Amino acid sequence: MTRYATATATRAEYCVIACAEAWRGDGEILASPMGTVPSIAARLARLTFSPDLLLTDGEALLIGDVPAVGAASAVTEGWLPYRKHLTMVMGGKRHVMMGASQIDRFGNQNISCIGDWSRPRRQLLGVRGAPVNTLNNPVSYWVPRHSTRVFVEKVDMISGVGYDSAAAAGPSATRFHDLRRVVSDLGVLDFGAPGHAMRPVSLHPGVTLDQMREATGFSLPVPDAGVPYTREPTAEELRLIRDVVDPRGLRDREVRRP
Amino acid sequence: MTPDEIVGRLGSGMTLGIGGWGSRRKPMALVRALLRSDVTDLTVVSYGGPDVGLLAAAGRIRRLVTAFATLDSIPLEPHFRAARERGAFELVELDEAMFMQGLTAGAQRLPFLPIRAGLGSDVLRVNPHLRTVTSPYEDREELVAVPALRMDAALVHLNRADRFGNGQYLGPDPYFDDLFCEAADTAFVSCERVVDSAELTAHAAPQTMLVSRHAVTGVTETPGGAHFTSCVPDYGRDEPFQKAYATAAADPDAWDAFRTRFLSRTGTERDYRLAVQNWHKEQR
Repeated sequence: MTRYATATATRAEYCVIACAEAWRGDGEILASPMGTVPSIAARLARLTFSPDLLLTDGEALLIGDVPAVGAASAVTEGWLPYRKHLTMVMGGKRHVMMGASQIDRFGNQNISCIGDWSRPRRQLLGVRGAPVNTLNNPVSYWVPRHSTRVFVEKVDMISGVGYDSAAAAGPSATRFHDLRRVVSDLGVLDFGAPGHAMRPVSLHPGVTLDQMREATGFSLPVPDAGVPYTREPTAEELRLIRDVVDPRGLRDREVRRP
Repeated sequence: MTPDEIVGRLGSGMTLGIGGWGSRRKPMALVRALLRSDVTDLTVVSYGGPDVGLLAAAGRIRRLVTAFATLDSIPLEPHFRAARERGAFELVELDEAMFMQGLTAGAQRLPFLPIRAGLGSDVLRVNPHLRTVTSPYEDREELVAVPALRMDAALVHLNRADRFGNGQYLGPDPYFDDLFCEAADTAFVSCERVVDSAELTAHAAPQTMLVSRHAVTGVTETPGGAHFTSCVPDYGRDEPFQKAYATAAADPDAWDAFRTRFLSRTGTERDYRLAVQNWHKEQR
């Protein structure tokens, strides 16, 4: 077991654990990860504490096995083309972990463009499915590089809907609105501060609260009890990450901090 | 029909739907034929990929209705990005599911369909024409009324079709190609192979029959007609070529060279295929 001693966990592995925890207790719903670390994390969650999760091959199939990220699946347990995927979103049986080019303290997220929408300084993806996701099924966020460019006072184009915007839009908007957590390469945050504002929940080992606050473009409340560290992976979880789910070490390409 | 004959049925100022999704099963041979024509001033309705990029780069789009434009393995479509940053066209930016509802309403001849998506997001701010509707039932929920996406013409690419316009997809995802055809006044199918009707279900289940002839105006056989996007299982995306496309798009001189070589106004789809083959030989 020494090979998987938890003291050897890397930052990327703490990120995987923190992302996987987002799906704990979710039951028989679709885990929809965007990005490498969330993809590893969803598979880890399925292999450990959330065995009922549904997973996709990233295309149109629900997979019945748990291959390594980037490897082909051998078992198909369902068909999920885009039209059924969108219906599943609206039915709420899904918990997505999206990326964010910008995110503010209430969880408004932007992946559309930077600058004025009518003539953007930098055009990004477009809103994609962020509006439908955030109003219909649980949503978490993954930010691989925590910085003041991403964590901003106000996003330029609300793609994913934050708590304040949903409340302002009325009961149809808040009915199924449920932002869960934000995982970054520095730590974990949720929306448990007054008014559903973002607050730090844990710091990855090696990160200080000052570091996280400096990398955040809005003020973070400091809990009296301080902020704990992200939990350690178990030896078995490390084995699964390193040998089963991500043997090629793709996680280290997405999380570059030590 | 040939791709050029199909494009001959299109006119400037039309609203044109383009099937596929991102850089997947796009009717690229028809888009290339469009680029060889003088058709312009288009309203393009698309889950955008290089179809949007190429038409935007050529200045053919007046208004774009979309939820994104991407090359999938390359997240940002470079021509779409550049066109947006220079304010080259008007954008109607919808959410993916709103777009689906709009197509569905168009296919069902409804003025709109309700959806929860859009509430609280800036989609409503940047589309001031969008309205909400209140449920007539006890819940009284206020929802977004997505207007129907009706089109003058739709272009889709499928794996197989018969000469009557019955089209079949053999990949894992139909995308929304049937809805595009049904929500358009005319619809044109390009396909990898035209086969006899009996052959369509000789080796495939009937539910692979995605579009029916009643919703299709014309068919053309264009082997490799989705290149460089994917047309699974006939072929995957041509990743090296897509990379070359994206690299060229980033630089005006390189783009001129790319266009001259692959998208000549006087060339044909066959010339395009030969140019791509030769390019691949050079890469070895």
